[in-house]
Amino acid sequence: MRNPIRSEADAFRFVLLTIGYFALIVIGSVINVWLGLGVFVGLTLGVVWWIVSRRSREPPLPPQAPPPHPPDEHRILVVANETVGGAELLTTLRAHVSGRNARVHVVSPALNSPLRHWVSDEDPAREEAQARLDRSLAAMRAAGVVADGEVGDGDPLQAIEDALRTFRPDELIVSTHPPGRSHWLERGVVEKARERFALPVTHVTVELP
Amino acid sequence: MTAFAEAHDHHGPPPIHYSSRVTPAVLGMFLFIASEIMLFGSFFTVYFFDRVVNHSFGGHWPPPGFHRPAFVAGVNTLILVTSSFTMHWADTSIKRGNRAGLQAGLVLTLLLGLTFLLTQVIEYHRLGFNTGDTSFAATFFGLTGLHGAHVFVGLTILSVMTIRAFRGHFSPEHHHGVEIGGIYWHFVDVMWIVVYVTVYLL
Repeated sequence: MRNPIRSEADAFRFVLLTIGYFALIVIGSVINVWLGLGVFVGLTLGVVWWIVSRRSREPPLPPQAPPPHPPDEHRILVVANETVGGAELLTTLRAHVSGRNARVHVVSPALNSPLRHWVSDEDPAREEAQARLDRSLAAMRAAGVVADGEVGDGDPLQAIEDALRTFRPDELIVSTHPPGRSHWLERGVVEKARERFALPVTHVTVELP
Repeated sequence: MTAFAEAHDHHGPPPIHYSSRVTPAVLGMFLFIASEIMLFGSFFTVYFFDRVVNHSFGGHWPPPGFHRPAFVAGVNTLILVTSSFTMHWADTSIKRGNRAGLQAGLVLTLLLGLTFLLTQVIEYHRLGFNTGDTSFAATFFGLTGLHGAHVFVGLTILSVMTIRAFRGHFSPEHHHGVEIGGIYWHFVDVMWIVVYVTVYLL
């Protein structure tokens, strides 16, 4: 979620909203205590609903600046979790790089449990992500794909956004487990990536044994 | 020169990447405010705990013998809310290159903030109870005093901003000092609205 208050003007608007919020609660309470409580609950739920709906209506990021790489070079950003070494992903990649001067950058998000995330214990997650990345890069290079990579943020959308700033890809490939097994699909990562990033997005499902 | 050549002509580290797209100074202020909200949250927790636990006053709050000067505090609230408007005026003015507006806005904000703080000090003297008189008094002074301390810090920041404004600092392109100080001042205002409604009205 993007920070809704980014400037003095935003903070001032927040002051006005706060005044309105509490004024309605006080007016309700003066009329009747239970009405005041109802206004408080109603307004609070309304605010929560607004925040949640605002998240889903976030405008896409502005288009990327022209990629500072030779015009004949085609850059592909790959984001994948455990499926990073899957055969389907390799097949798709080979098809996308075929006949092109292509360069692939793989981001392996450091997937972590919520508890470990909140206590900032991400070393094991990063180590596992690095091991997955090393294996997949070796497989890609063996298949003739020019690739490098990095371990990214545990949130795949944040990992993509971070990579966009340094790699500037021409297209994005998101690799997930099949529907029913994939947390990313459940969270709508592919759809959100299509909404947020002004890039062609290819979704690859990988069936792991 | 091609874009590729231009990209490789750059020496030194790559440009800074702000993933949150908020500058570090503004982000720092937001993180500071987040910690402040937690601090105020702990005080509010104590206040509500005290209020819920002390049912023995026959449903009366505050306890018998205590009077909250809601009217004076209401006037004080208006003063502080007005100072948010003048602060916003100052910020808008410098963004438009209006230095006189910036200076007037900051001076007015400073004066309104000072008035608020002085009124609160006078109110403390006339309350008729002190911090040691029951848990209600302790939490009352704790919450309002904590906020008063923040107003004092805000006034210090405003003083620096005002002096800088009169010394020719800030411009439409560079006014981070006004922006960040303004965000803090609005935070102080929002916290007072919460404190006023919670402690004086409800």
